[in-house]
Amino acid sequence: MAKIDPVIIVIEDDPPIRRFLRTSLSTQGFTVFEADTGKQGIIEASIRKPDLVILDLGLPDMDGVDVIKAIRAWSELPIIILSARSGEQQKIDALDAGADDYLTKPFGFGELLARIRVALRHAIKPSEQMQGEVFVTANLKVDLHNRLVSVDEQEIHLTPIQYRLLTVLIKHAGKVLTQQKILKEVWGPSYQENAHYLRIYMSQLRQKLEADPTQPKFLLTESGVGYRLKV
Amino acid sequence: MNNERPDPDELLARVERDNAKAKRGRLKIFFGAAAGVGKSYAMLLAARERRAENLDVVVGLVETHGRKDTEALLEGLEILPTRKINYKGTLLHEFDIDAALKRRPSIILVDELAHTNAPGCRHPKRWQDIHELLEAGIDVYTALNVQHLESLNDDIGQISGIRVWETLPDTVYEDADEIELVDLPPDELLIRLKEGKIYLPQQAQEAINHFFRKGNLIALRELALRQTANRVDAQMLDYREDHAIREVWQVSERIMICIGPNFLAERLVRAGKRLAASLRAEWIVAYVETPQLQRLSAEKRDAVLRVLRTAEQLGAETVTLSSPEMSAAIVDFSRERNVTKIVMGKPSRRGWKRWLLGSLVDKVIDEAHNINVYLLGSSQSESKAQQASIFNRQPLPGLKNRLVKKRHLDFVWATLVIALCTLLAETMFGKFELANLVMVYLLGVVFVATRFGRGPSILASILGVAALDFFFVTPYFTFSVSHSQYLVTLAAMLVVAMIISNLMANVRSQAKVAAHRERRAAVLYAMSKELSVSQSEEDVVQIAVRHLHSEFSSPNVILFANSNGRVIYPAHKAIAESLLGADLSVAQWVFDHNEMAGHGTNTLPGTPAIYFPIHNEDKVLGVLALQPVNLRRVFLPEQQKLLETFLRQIGQAVTRLRFAEQAKLTHLQIEAERLRNSLLSAISHDLRTPLSTIIGSASALTEDEGHLQPQDKLDLSRAIVDEAERMSNLVNNILDMARLDAGVVQLKKEWHPLDEIIGTVLTRLQKHLTGRPVKVKLPPGIPMVFADAVLIEQVLINLLENALRYTPPASELEITAETSPSSVEISVIDHGPGIPKGLEDQLFEKFYQARHEAAQSGVGLGLAICRAIVEVHGGHIYAYNAANGGAVFTFVLPVDQPAPVMESEE
Repeated sequence: MAKIDPVIIVIEDDPPIRRFLRTSLSTQGFTVFEADTGKQGIIEASIRKPDLVILDLGLPDMDGVDVIKAIRAWSELPIIILSARSGEQQKIDALDAGADDYLTKPFGFGELLARIRVALRHAIKPSEQMQGEVFVTANLKVDLHNRLVSVDEQEIHLTPIQYRLLTVLIKHAGKVLTQQKILKEVWGPSYQENAHYLRIYMSQLRQKLEADPTQPKFLLTESGVGYRLKV
Repeated sequence: MNNERPDPDELLARVERDNAKAKRGRLKIFFGAAAGVGKSYAMLLAARERRAENLDVVVGLVETHGRKDTEALLEGLEILPTRKINYKGTLLHEFDIDAALKRRPSIILVDELAHTNAPGCRHPKRWQDIHELLEAGIDVYTALNVQHLESLNDDIGQISGIRVWETLPDTVYEDADEIELVDLPPDELLIRLKEGKIYLPQQAQEAINHFFRKGNLIALRELALRQTANRVDAQMLDYREDHAIREVWQVSERIMICIGPNFLAERLVRAGKRLAASLRAEWIVAYVETPQLQRLSAEKRDAVLRVLRTAEQLGAETVTLSSPEMSAAIVDFSRERNVTKIVMGKPSRRGWKRWLLGSLVDKVIDEAHNINVYLLGSSQSESKAQQASIFNRQPLPGLKNRLVKKRHLDFVWATLVIALCTLLAETMFGKFELANLVMVYLLGVVFVATRFGRGPSILASILGVAALDFFFVTPYFTFSVSHSQYLVTLAAMLVVAMIISNLMANVRSQAKVAAHRERRAAVLYAMSKELSVSQSEEDVVQIAVRHLHSEFSSPNVILFANSNGRVIYPAHKAIAESLLGADLSVAQWVFDHNEMAGHGTNTLPGTPAIYFPIHNEDKVLGVLALQPVNLRRVFLPEQQKLLETFLRQIGQAVTRLRFAEQAKLTHLQIEAERLRNSLLSAISHDLRTPLSTIIGSASALTEDEGHLQPQDKLDLSRAIVDEAERMSNLVNNILDMARLDAGVVQLKKEWHPLDEIIGTVLTRLQKHLTGRPVKVKLPPGIPMVFADAVLIEQVLINLLENALRYTPPASELEITAETSPSSVEISVIDHGPGIPKGLEDQLFEKFYQARHEAAQSGVGLGLAICRAIVEVHGGHIYAYNAANGGAVFTFVLPVDQPAPVMESEE
């Protein structure tokens, strides 16, 4: 079967950025469609059968979060958002609304490409690292069936909550998870205010799983937003 | 040749007067002798003429009394709707001042200047409405009958036998810009009356029998003509002054009217006004409050206050003198103010009483040598009226009984003291001379005088003399005296005792007055002392409200205007003494007009509180609303003076604070300006440098005609990326600094594990840190910090970037942290050349760069941002050189709440 170029829709109102994205993404073998308004973007997303959407949050006609919600009403396709610096809350809102990842302007092309690849891979197969019931990244191996966690083939003992936290991260591996989302999945909806629980457990996990917790390799913090399990 | 030049001061006053007049609207009064002479008609005719001149004329209110020809004139003129007020079941049509002010015509007609408004209107009197219209720059046409003039009130009452209750202060009439006399001979007026042109027939007949008697009408007409003539005379004088025609008024007359708490007071004031007007003199109405008068009943004191107010409205200056000796106070004051004439009531003491006890009038005449004293008598009928006068009302029964009881007790005490003296004298009798016994009694009198006052001490004097005579002067146990020498002793003793009584009583009352004054001074001093150290308007308000409350025992509040000039309730919390629910619309009026209003004043007297403007020399600053528990406590002259002083003090304190604020603001502006300038110069340099590289490299790539090697292309592209990143950092720094400076940064303080923050930072700096060993030393366990993680990460990033910039490549960096229960201390340590000596503090200044010529660029904001972030966290940051060389940057964050405790799972 001939490989079909992945289709990407760029929803962005700034023409130079659109041009840069179109040119560079095309050379990387993507088919790019553009939209300069949220409404146009939603229409494009519904007719072009895209594999991924790149969405700028600062659109002239509607709130980027609403665009995400509209797309999520019918599709689970990956959405990467572009946002201004220091707009942490905006990012959190977008991620909570269903966006998969974000990039802060200005960004390098390499970074964008990496995010796109992760998102596409993730969309095709929930997790490539999943070999049957076993998740592998760097020197970490998690056997979900037997509940075994090992680093460099050394078995590590985790507490029930630490293990649950790790499985939630594995479930969304590669994606940014907001603190609220993790809290909800690990502790339940009534723990939304206790973000410091999460941080302490993340610290504990790092100390157990990372060689140097201050230079983490896979348990990454997205400053002010949440966490990401790097794959 | 006229070589006398106008007095410059006089000219200046005239210019000021003209300026004030130019801004004000012009008042034209159609003046007549009686109703029906055609004032409204003349007024409407004039209005129609103005209208024909295309002026914006509006009828505010005109009473046609159903007269056909007058009504006809109203046609075609715009008529403002009246304000309908339901007063005790009757629907009253009142002039609507707010509608008029909103409509803002250039001329407005408002009939019957002397009209009294229905309760619920803004002002009790229509002339006050008109005053406000004039202040707003609107010209007013109005009508007035001569009988309503305040100063003619008595005369007209005497002529017509009818007392007119609606009176108009003469000042309003005198300040009118134009008076047009509408005159009609009495015979014609009577004919019109009989024809029913003025009143309905049966009313007309009644009117003819009473007010419209021909004699009355002639007298009224004469008064009206004379009044107008006086005014023309005054205009003539003005004209002469203008044109430097000097004449008779070389010595300016000053008249002083002395009033007492009796029925004559009002008449004295009116007579004084007439005298002053005819002499074109200044006039002062004085009330001397002696200690005895301070003990007067509340009603009487209120009545005096009312008379003083009337005098003020008539244009007098009023003073209340406080002195134990009435005549001395009057004479001293009149000397001080160069009074030329004194007007007083005829002495009330007649015959022997006057001869024995003297009278005020005689004393004043004796002492005031070069001042003419005029006396005003009272007629027989007025003596009767005296019975009904407010001054003669009895005080409340309960109060009186209590006072009387206390007095009685004092007299009993006096008797007891003399009895005691007699007992003492009895033991001495026979062993001592009679003179010594006299001394014992005198001692008793002195004691009574100091303790119980004048009356009891006089009783004691008489009783003492009687007792001495009865018990110790031969023949004993009779009041007869055997030797004439004893008569001298007794008489001398009586006189001495009386004098002592009097002196002691005066001393007592003076001490009381002094104590009173001292207390007031103390109150003022206490407030001004507190105000002088107040730091904010909130402080001022609280201090003032507290002191005002303690002095006037009335809840009160001080209101300031917001930036739109609207008076609003203060945002800060009310204290126990605050008045809640002050009427802001009244306060606004007071603020706009710089006049007091509310309870007991002429404006909106229906509201429960009194509103005073607080102002400095230039403008109104705020409004004090005070809800008096007792009106007298506020309106007594000495209390009012005290209140004025309070208000002045508050005004000064507020002015001082506003100036200080202004100065601070100016300083900040200068500082901001300085910063902006250094920012501009730094940015222009630091933005241009990377931009030149970017533009240069990019154009080399785009204009390449195939000469560039792949390696060259790569180098150029890398240069573009690097420089663009540098610019991006720079812009970020500037934005961060601006946000921190503007104070818009909202701290999201939460508990964060330190290793997570450091981990994030090292991950983000990964690219720059390649080849740089970073050693992290943290306390064991999971040390936590309570802070905004994003901002603290920024601090660490800036510190690390700074270290990277100023240390040799590949040299080691260290991050260490120490925690204590009250703080977290984080340091970034490098092994570079260290900080130049003496620059440890300057480093954190904005736009500071250690090496200006350095190739490493940056606006010098990084460390300033660090300091700003650490300081918004309540911490501090400092730098120093380590013992083994290299710089150490340390910041300390306070821990102000206990770290969260996690129950262990393991």
